[in-house]
Amino acid sequence: MQWEVVIGLETHTQLQTKSKQFSGASTTYGAEPNTQACEVSIALPGVLPVLNKEAVECAIKFGLAIEAEMAPRSVFSRKNYFYPDLPKGYQISQFELPVVGKGKITIQVPATKNTEAYEKVINITRAHLEEDAGKSVHGAVEGMSGIDLNRAGTPLLEIVTEPDMRSAAEAVAYAKKLHELVQWIGICDGNMQEGSFRCDVNVSVRPKGSDKLGTRREIKNLNSFKFMQQAIEYETQWQIETLEDGGTIQQATVLFNPDTGETRAMRSKEEANDYRYFPDPDLLPLEVTEADKARVRAQMPELPQALQARLVSEYQLSSYDASTLTASRSQADYFVAVVHAGADPKQAANWVMGALSAKLNAEEKSIVDSPVSAAQLAALLKRIADNTISNNAAKQVFEGLWAGEGEVDAIIEAKGLKQVSDTGAIEAIINEVLAANQAMVDEYKAGKEKAFNALVGQCMKASKGKANPAQVNELLKAKLG
Amino acid sequence: MALNLDDIKRIAHLARIEVSDSEAQETLNKLSGILGLIEQMQAVDTTGIVPMSHSQDVTQRLREDVVTKTNQRELFQSIAPATQDGLYLVPKVIE
Repeated sequence: MQWEVVIGLETHTQLQTKSKQFSGASTTYGAEPNTQACEVSIALPGVLPVLNKEAVECAIKFGLAIEAEMAPRSVFSRKNYFYPDLPKGYQISQFELPVVGKGKITIQVPATKNTEAYEKVINITRAHLEEDAGKSVHGAVEGMSGIDLNRAGTPLLEIVTEPDMRSAAEAVAYAKKLHELVQWIGICDGNMQEGSFRCDVNVSVRPKGSDKLGTRREIKNLNSFKFMQQAIEYETQWQIETLEDGGTIQQATVLFNPDTGETRAMRSKEEANDYRYFPDPDLLPLEVTEADKARVRAQMPELPQALQARLVSEYQLSSYDASTLTASRSQADYFVAVVHAGADPKQAANWVMGALSAKLNAEEKSIVDSPVSAAQLAALLKRIADNTISNNAAKQVFEGLWAGEGEVDAIIEAKGLKQVSDTGAIEAIINEVLAANQAMVDEYKAGKEKAFNALVGQCMKASKGKANPAQVNELLKAKLG
Repeated sequence: MALNLDDIKRIAHLARIEVSDSEAQETLNKLSGILGLIEQMQAVDTTGIVPMSHSQDVTQRLREDVVTKTNQRELFQSIAPATQDGLYLVPKVIE
């Protein structure tokens, strides 16, 4: 049987605020245990939550960025469960009326050996504001668990998709896109090691062509894209094999073990899932007006979609190039800087997506740390455009820039890469080559087009690659008349 | 909706409240009374009425994003049953 995997994601993004969701305690990462846990964070009796304005604005920014429906009023609810890192006995979250409603994110799924790259729209069900729990520390004291409540109450925006993804590649493409978007609009630092961006992935399988959803299992707390890919692939295979062996899938929460590459059921959901939500009487409905949205919109950077459209209309880039370049804000900023420094947009796009990105990937560097600055790349592209160097020589100059050998013109000089565009010099080379290769000349004159290319090759070789190929072509053609 | 004793036990467990068998019967009667009242109220036609999430018709006031709390760990932990290295200690939690 042919199987189809159905995937939906829930992502917890930690909002970039100075203070907590409902109190003035600091959210700085890595402080001594419980030094940022105020009376609200530790839930002393009688304390009251007061909502953070900045967290609400972050949610509005996200809503605007995905063109979501935003209800004029949303409501905070209590999600009840018992765990020592949740001292109130409930998490303040949003249930029936979230701050951000339905929206869309367009993802780019990269090409593989067998498939072309493609775009897909992923529907966002909702995004709601909530607070993080504290942390349990095991093993410090025999028979006890330690509780650090510094993280308790940290503002989160949980972003939930429809079950729209049909492969691990699509799920990872979505997660990466969302990761870039929340950083682009400045609501989350995206630090996955510190847990600022955590994904829960719901996976189910069904016979291909069926429109009924299978029973899902939820893979919790994936904090790297690589693990996400592995976990989904393992889980999908496991579910298919279980069903093909005549078994059934039980709804469950599973954890991914990076050491074995396997997923393992954590606890059965039925009992734990009864959270008995009800509106939190300590908090009034949150109002988001059109004026609030307009004010927030005015503070937002140009969004990836808008920049993408502008790259197409202003710079005549293809929509694929434009969407690739705007996949991250840092890459988009770099590209725009190269163009502003005077480079041809199409050339700049090719180099940023080609040589530069390949080199960055190979050395696992981010574009912000690129040894070749946007200004240097622009200078290099100008030397190609004014025929000082050939494309091939440019690659050598690029390597030189990367290795920190100096500025573009100095490297061209030092490596002797200057292209020969002097007609007299090129003619001299052509004359030599023609004299030495009478056989090829005869072949060409007898109608063999290939012989012409061979002659161009000989000329380039004789010039040690420095002759301007376009000029060689032109002059050679004239000579052979 | 009719409740039975098993429901009472389950609800008590979820709320971590210890309920003896005799208390369970009494709680069942009380909760059933409340649910009966709700059933009566559900007979009212509420078409077009926005569900009320708070008894006061006002909206949430927001706080500026400023750190106002200082570290009072020592004070807070002075009433905790057990602490070590700044951590609150609780009976071992295992997943």
